Amino acid sequence: MMTWANMQADVAAPTTHEAEIEIKLDARHVNFFYGDFQALQDASLAVQARKITALIGPSGCGKTTFLRIFNRMHDLTPGTRATGEVLLDGHNVLSPDIDVINLRRQVGMLFQRANPFPKSIYDNVAYGPHILGWSKQQISEIVEESLKDTGLWEEVKDRLQRSALNLSGGQQQRLCLARALAVKPEVILMDEPASALDPIATLRIEELMQELKKRYTIVIVTHNMQQSARVSDFTAFMLMNERRAGEVIEFGPTDDIFNRPKDSRTEDYITGRFG
Amino acid sequence: MSRLLTRVLLDRFVSALIVLSVMLAAIPVLVLLLFVLIKGLPGMLAPGFFTSPPHPVGVPGGGVFNAIIGTLEIVGIGSLLAVPFGTLVGIFLSEYGRNRIGDTVRFVSDVLTGLPSIAFGIFGYTVLVATLHHFSAVSASVALAVLMLPVVLRATETALVLVPQSMREAGLALGAPRWRVTIEVIVPAALGGIVTGALLAMARAAGETAPLLFTALGNDFTQVDPLQPMGALALTVFKNALLPYSDLQDQAWAAALLLVLMVAVTNILARVYVRRIQR
Ligand SMILES: Nc1ncnc2c1ncn2[C@@H]1O[C@H](COP(=O)(O)OP(=O)(O)OP(=O)(O)O)[C@@H](O)[C@H]1O
Ligand SMILES: [Mg+2]
Repeated sequence: MMTWANMQADVAAPTTHEAEIEIKLDARHVNFFYGDFQALQDASLAVQARKITALIGPSGCGKTTFLRIFNRMHDLTPGTRATGEVLLDGHNVLSPDIDVINLRRQVGMLFQRANPFPKSIYDNVAYGPHILGWSKQQISEIVEESLKDTGLWEEVKDRLQRSALNLSGGQQQRLCLARALAVKPEVILMDEPASALDPIATLRIEELMQELKKRYTIVIVTHNMQQSARVSDFTAFMLMNERRAGEVIEFGPTDDIFNRPKDSRTEDYITGRFG
Repeated sequence: MSRLLTRVLLDRFVSALIVLSVMLAAIPVLVLLLFVLIKGLPGMLAPGFFTSPPHPVGVPGGGVFNAIIGTLEIVGIGSLLAVPFGTLVGIFLSEYGRNRIGDTVRFVSDVLTGLPSIAFGIFGYTVLVATLHHFSAVSASVALAVLMLPVVLRATETALVLVPQSMREAGLALGAPRWRVTIEVIVPAALGGIVTGALLAMARAAGETAPLLFTALGNDFTQVDPLQPMGALALTVFKNALLPYSDLQDQAWAAALLLVLMVAVTNILARVYVRRIQR
């Protein structure tokens, strides 16, 4: 198990009074390239287990890029390359011999736009467990459990066989969350999960996150500073450098970042002076 | 006020233009259908049209039973060859074909699309008729299968490319292997387009005459053995239309009408089916 004590020195370590802190996901000196273009430079981030870590920063600073490295989604974009280390429970997920399929089962993802499969509500949630080869009985239990965890069960239990595409945007996003939860991941990555939703649906998602963090580690990208301040325990502020490569400027407990930022650029961003 | 008026007028004008273009496109089709219907109906209502094979020239009566069976069988076997293979190649092109192999396949398929249909007949003749030393339905099926192939694979590729990338990512992010996401998520999402493409190809094949001339040859007797010469509706149209007997010319029109109806009904059934699975 990682502890804050052996975290690299160049990232401001959040101060905490808890005796033992579990680092679930530890990105160390990550550089990332789209072809020749460097999108991330020396980005480091230590994500605590069962906490919510938010990535904020202006558009184009590499938040999405950073997030997608954590479960190797960048493999799907041809011509990309990552260096450095991303340790999940101490194992480097960037290493070529990691089992990517297994990694993605442990590190699930919720996308900016709800992307349910054009299948029934039931089949959407059942898809992951179905891939894992679970029994019908197990699948039906996990579907119910996941839908309950996302507060959808009461809303959809009478129409599980109907198409998921008939749900509202907020319901679809919660369905996608249920679908991700159904494979029992340990980490959930969220890329601006509420940016397409109205304030009420956004609130639902944020409330859910507070419930989920009891059992899951959450990393969320958000454009919205209020959202970051409301929901997250830790916040990383990112910014492009002069070569347009994204860097982690400051990382620490959300309260510190918003009230006592150490870097003047963080302060400028938080107070709305740019970005 | 005057700006509002210009806007309203402009809106009317553009709407009228759109309606006009739709009519321009639809009118020739409707006229053609009406024409075939009027010309074909008498022959179709003649006794024995559906149920009996042709009578010898000069003997009244007779029908196209042999040709109906022939078209169904020739196109059926051709589809069994072309649709599964073409769909698989289309899946390959869309999901794994962003490379040299994919580009080569696309090029070959485009060349095939541009070939005159008689070339497929010559192909069937060379490959099967000349080697087996007699005309056969199956050689026609092979010729039609090659003709259908590019239609099927390009329709499949197009339908799959239209499935949003986010759907693939959603599947892969759950830890599903790529091939399972392709088969279980992407292909079902594109099924409407794939089925439509396959039916378009079948419809085109059913209406082709040239590929059948040197292959199926035609047969006035009802034949179901795929290794023997066989009649087909398109051949009936072609042969009877040239004969100086008005009842046989009526039969040619009726056979054409029947082809149109078969294609239309298949299309409608497919649409109903696709709508049902997508609910
Ligand atoms: N597929 C790609 N190919 C090339 N460059 C890319 C690609 N995706 C992103 N980039 C570039 O990488 C940089 C970081 O993009 P990224 O999407 O990670 O930013 P972001 O912080 O998530 O922005 P936003 O807040 O707008 O979502 C940008 O300069 C972008 O243009
Ligand atoms: Mg982004």
